[in-house]
Amino acid sequence: MIFASYTNIISPLGFSTEENYEAVANSRTGVKKMMLPFSQDPFCVARIDDENINQYFSGVGASAEHTKLEQLSILSIQDVLNQSGINPQDSRTLLLYSTTKGNIDILENRYSTIDRNRVYLSAFAHHLQSYFKFKHPPVVLSNACISGILAIIIAKRFIEQGRYDNVLVCGGDILSEFTISGFKSFNAMSSEPSKPFDANRTGINLGEAVSTILITNNKELGSGYNTEIVSGASANDANHISGPSRTGDGLFQCLTRILAENTRDIGFVSAHGTATPFNDEMESIAFDRAGLHTVPVNSLKGYYGHTLGAAGVLETALSLESMKHQRLIKSEGYETKGFSGNITMITSHQDKLFSSFIKTASGFGGCNAAALFRKING
Amino acid sequence: MNAIISYAHIKHNQVSVNGEVVFRSDSALSLPEFLSDAYKTLGLSYPKFHKMDAQCKLGFLCAEFALKGTEFLTKVDLSRTAIVLSNAASSLETDRVHQHSIDDKSNYFPSPAVFVYTLPNITIGELAIKYKITGENAFFISEQLDAELLVNYTETLLQSGTEAAIVGWVEVDGTQWEAFIFLVQNTENINKNSIFKPLNQSTVITQYNQTIWTH
Amino acid sequence: MDALIEKLKGQIIEQLNLAEVKPEEINPDSPLFGEGLGLDSIDALELIVLLEKHYGIKIQDPKDGKTIFQSLRTMAEYIKAQGKS
Repeated sequence: MIFASYTNIISPLGFSTEENYEAVANSRTGVKKMMLPFSQDPFCVARIDDENINQYFSGVGASAEHTKLEQLSILSIQDVLNQSGINPQDSRTLLLYSTTKGNIDILENRYSTIDRNRVYLSAFAHHLQSYFKFKHPPVVLSNACISGILAIIIAKRFIEQGRYDNVLVCGGDILSEFTISGFKSFNAMSSEPSKPFDANRTGINLGEAVSTILITNNKELGSGYNTEIVSGASANDANHISGPSRTGDGLFQCLTRILAENTRDIGFVSAHGTATPFNDEMESIAFDRAGLHTVPVNSLKGYYGHTLGAAGVLETALSLESMKHQRLIKSEGYETKGFSGNITMITSHQDKLFSSFIKTASGFGGCNAAALFRKING
Repeated sequence: MNAIISYAHIKHNQVSVNGEVVFRSDSALSLPEFLSDAYKTLGLSYPKFHKMDAQCKLGFLCAEFALKGTEFLTKVDLSRTAIVLSNAASSLETDRVHQHSIDDKSNYFPSPAVFVYTLPNITIGELAIKYKITGENAFFISEQLDAELLVNYTETLLQSGTEAAIVGWVEVDGTQWEAFIFLVQNTENINKNSIFKPLNQSTVITQYNQTIWTH
Repeated sequence: MDALIEKLKGQIIEQLNLAEVKPEEINPDSPLFGEGLGLDSIDALELIVLLEKHYGIKIQDPKDGKTIFQSLRTMAEYIKAQGKS
C-alpha cells in the first residue's frame, strides 16, 4: 500500500498546510488585485509577500544564493523532512520535482548573484540536491498543468516498482511576467477574482505556491492522514494543443481507469477548475460521463489562483487536510451554474463523513490526470 | 517480451533509423532548413507541422521516421499507448523567443502561437494528435538521456495497463539539438522476430550509440 | 481594397505559418475558419496580434473577432472602417 503522508503548503495564505487549511476553511482567499512591477494595469493574482519569504528564509540561509523558487522549495521540503524525520541521504529516498517553468525569472535578469545556468531545470534540481544532500539526483517532471498530480502518480509507481520507499513530491511555480504575458495573449486571464464553474467566469487568475507531499510505503510514516493512493492515471485528448476536448475524452478516460467499478463512496472531487469557459465545461461533461453527478465538486483556484506546476500537489495536500477534518471546502467564486454537465458543486463549507476523494487536472498539450485517495481503517 | 521494435535518431543534419543513416542534408544548413528538408523527404502533407516550434518539428519527424515501415500504429491499442519524452532544456529555446517578445516595452507583442510551445510536453501533444494516441503521458527533464529513468518508468506503465509506448529524447537548445525515439511493444502480440531487442537499459544505450555519423 | 486584401494575404501566411498555402489560393470571400483555411483558436488569437502589430488596432472584446475574421474581405473592411489601412 502506498500512502500520502506529511505535507507542506507555502502560498499567500501561509507557510504550512495547517495555516493554509485554516485560512481556506475561513473563506480567506490569496487572490488580490495588485500592481505588479512590470505592468501599468493592476492584475488579480495570488502573490506571496516578499517580506514573508525574507523573514522565513533568514532563519535558514543566505537569500542571495537562491532564487525565489529555490528559497520557497527549500522551506517547503525542509518542513516535510522535519515532520517526517526522513533522511534525504538515504538511498531509498527520492525527490521528484514538478514544475512548468522553474527559475524562469532568471531570463528576466532578476538576479545578479545567481548562476544563470539554473534556468535549466536539471541545474535547478541539482541545486536542491546539493542543498539537502539527496543521495539521488532529483527527477524533474514538466508536463504542463497536470505536472503536480502526475508527479504523485509517478511517485506511487516508482515505489511499487521497488525502487524507493519514500518519494518527496515537491511542486512549485512562481508568478512571472513570462507566464502572465503569455496567458494574457491567450485572452485567458480574468481581471477580477476568478469564478470557477460559474456562469459569469471569464478566465484564470495566476498564483504562486510551492507544496510538498511525502509519498511512502511506510505505514507508520503514513499514519498522519492514514490515506492511501488507490489509483492514478493520465491520458491525452489527442485533439488540440491548447483547447481541451469538448467531450472531456481524456479526463473521462482517466476517471474510468482510476474508478474501475467504484463510484459510489467518493467523498468529493477536487477539480482542476481554472475558470476558463472551455476547461470547466469540459470537466463537467467528463465528471457527468463518469457517473459522478452526485459527488460534490470543488475547485480551489478561487483561493490560490492557478499555481501551474504546484497546483496538483497543493490541491491534494489541502484535500487531504479537508478529509482529515471531515469537512468539504466550498468552491470559492461559484454562484450560478455555468456548465452543461450534470454535476454537484460545493456551495458552502460543510461537515460530511467521507473516506475518499479524487483529484483531477487537465492542461495544455491535451493532457489530463486523475488520482483516487482513500482513508484506511486503523 | 517487451521489445524495442524500431528507433530513430536525428542529429548533425542526419537521420538514422535502426542504426543506419537514411537521410542526410547539407551540414551547413540551419536547423529550420534541415527540418524542412527532412519533412519534404517524407512526402507528408500535414499543415500543422509548419505551425510547430523547432522542438515539436524535430520530435514529430523523429517519430515519423521510427514509425515508417512498422505496423505499430495499426497493431497497438492507441488508448493504451503511452508517450514518454525527455530532454535537458525543457522548452527553453521557445521560452527565449517569448521572453524576447516582452523585453522591449515599446515593441511588446507576446504571441499566443509562441507561448503555447513554452511547455515541453506540447511535443507529446503533437504526437498524440497526429497518431490519435490517448494513453499515458510524461515529460521528464534530465541533464542527458537517462536510459535508466526512461526504461524504468516505461516498465512501470507496461505493468499497469499500458501495452505500447513511444519513448525518447527531444532537445533543441541553440545550436545543440538532437532527437532519439524508440517504439516499445509487447512482441507476444506480433510475430516473433529476432531483430527485436528486449527493452532494457543496455539495449537503449547501445542503440543510442549505434549510429556512425558522417561529418 | 484589393491592395489591402493582397497585403493581408501575405501577412496572414507569414504570421500563421501557412507554409503550404499560396496567396492566390486564398479566396477573399471564403471563411477563414472551419472548412476555408482551416484556422483554429490559436490562429484567431494571432490575428488579433496581427491587427495590433501591423495596423495599431486593438480589439477590446475578442468576441468581436468572430465577425471581423469571417473572411479576408470582412477583415479588410474592418481595417478600412478603423481608418488604419
